[in-house]
Amino acid sequence: MPRNHPDNSAELFALPEKRPSPRHIYSVSEVTHDIKGILENTFREIWVEGEISNFKPSSSGHYFFSLKDENALLNAVIFSRNIQEIKFKPEDGIKVVCCGNIGVYPPHGGYRLIVEKIAPQGLGNLQLALEQLKKKLEKEGLFSPAHKRLIPYLPQRIGIVTSLQGAALHDILKVLERRFSDVEVIIYPVKVQGDGAKEEIAEAINNLNQFSKQEAPSAGIDVLIVGRGGGSIEDLWAFNEEVVARAIYNSKIPVISAVGHEKDWTIADLTADLRAATPSVAAELAVPEKNDLLGKIEKLLDNMSLAIDHILEDKEEDLAKSIDNLRLLNPLVRLKVYQERISGFVSQIITRARHLLELKQAALQEAVSRLGALSPLNILGRGYSITFKLPEGVVLKDARLLKAGDELKTRLGKGEIFSKVTEVK
Amino acid sequence: MAEIKFEEVLKKLEKIVEDLEKGDLPLDEALKKYQDGIELSRLCAQRLDNAKKKIEVLAKTKLGEFELKPLDETKYS
Repeated sequence: MPRNHPDNSAELFALPEKRPSPRHIYSVSEVTHDIKGILENTFREIWVEGEISNFKPSSSGHYFFSLKDENALLNAVIFSRNIQEIKFKPEDGIKVVCCGNIGVYPPHGGYRLIVEKIAPQGLGNLQLALEQLKKKLEKEGLFSPAHKRLIPYLPQRIGIVTSLQGAALHDILKVLERRFSDVEVIIYPVKVQGDGAKEEIAEAINNLNQFSKQEAPSAGIDVLIVGRGGGSIEDLWAFNEEVVARAIYNSKIPVISAVGHEKDWTIADLTADLRAATPSVAAELAVPEKNDLLGKIEKLLDNMSLAIDHILEDKEEDLAKSIDNLRLLNPLVRLKVYQERISGFVSQIITRARHLLELKQAALQEAVSRLGALSPLNILGRGYSITFKLPEGVVLKDARLLKAGDELKTRLGKGEIFSKVTEVK
Repeated sequence: MAEIKFEEVLKKLEKIVEDLEKGDLPLDEALKKYQDGIELSRLCAQRLDNAKKKIEVLAKTKLGEFELKPLDETKYS
């Protein structure tokens, strides 16, 4: 393959072996189509370094330029959709690294590098490496959300991996003091930049895990903060290193990354269980406010007391109701009710009986007085008399029953007369 | 207390309050929950009060042993 010698034209032209026959005649389109296929399939996602020349933004917003080195020149384009991702200003003379595909444009019969990513060289190399490492680690699952562990709500012991001299430690301790002053902190001092930094950081994470395991369960470490204060991208580079990412990934203790660089995520950030933009934020994420917690618990207690009071009141009400119901069902109470009803009946009966008696008495009196009016004795008072024949004492109503010499008794209104019959007519 | 996770205790306490606030529990169950709640809140408070402030620096000695020293505050910042 001529990829390493693109300027070796003899080899390039020798390439297409499967020409059907020497007599075959291509149309321009046909041959261009084949060339397009070969070039575009071969040069995909390639990285090319070179110097920018003929840089010219087009009116439609694309960047047209060439990449060149001592011996060759490659036309290139950055389409407008990729332009806003460029973090520097491309211009002639700058050495850059570009990533993209070769594209053939049949109407012009030319080919270009269609640039997807571009970075200045030097830093560009770092970024290139970073992109490549990112891809590799992502494939391995180091950034997988499934692997992320929950940060404990209230850690008892916090491990910090950072420099003793940096602002990061100062910031973290200050925030911890403010939010939850009496938390235990174990600092594992490391270099955070320069030679050996990445190894020290990785080792510190490993050692803190080992130490925590040794001290567990009574004094294990609940969460790690790994980071440093802000700095240039080169200063932060240790946090883009594979060995650090792997140490974070393998940590049994949940890790909060705290690299002081708000915009860009380092590989440590991507791998950590939680990413904080700054060390202060990391400390805030690591511990809750003690006063908030105390207030929360107090509130819960209040609510609980209120709730139980309610329940007790409700139950008391229920009980009172039940007691009332029970009272109505008590046989003694029912007996009393019946007794009351019975005595009601009795007094009614007495009243009625008395009334009846009175009526009868009145009737009796009436009868007596009427009887008095009918008594023969009363008639005698008016001058009539009754005569009885003696000795029988029968009342005489017919004179023919008498004969002379019979003895008679006559009752008058007052007194009686005894007499003898002298003559009967 | 070291082994009881604070957030778990807090969650249990929240659940108890929620259950009690619903108010449809039998009395003995409600009272049991209340008692549990008091106990849990005591544990929470204890955990908060028992926390110790300690800032130490860990290092591994040449012999491979861990060594904890208090942070010398003059040495940093």
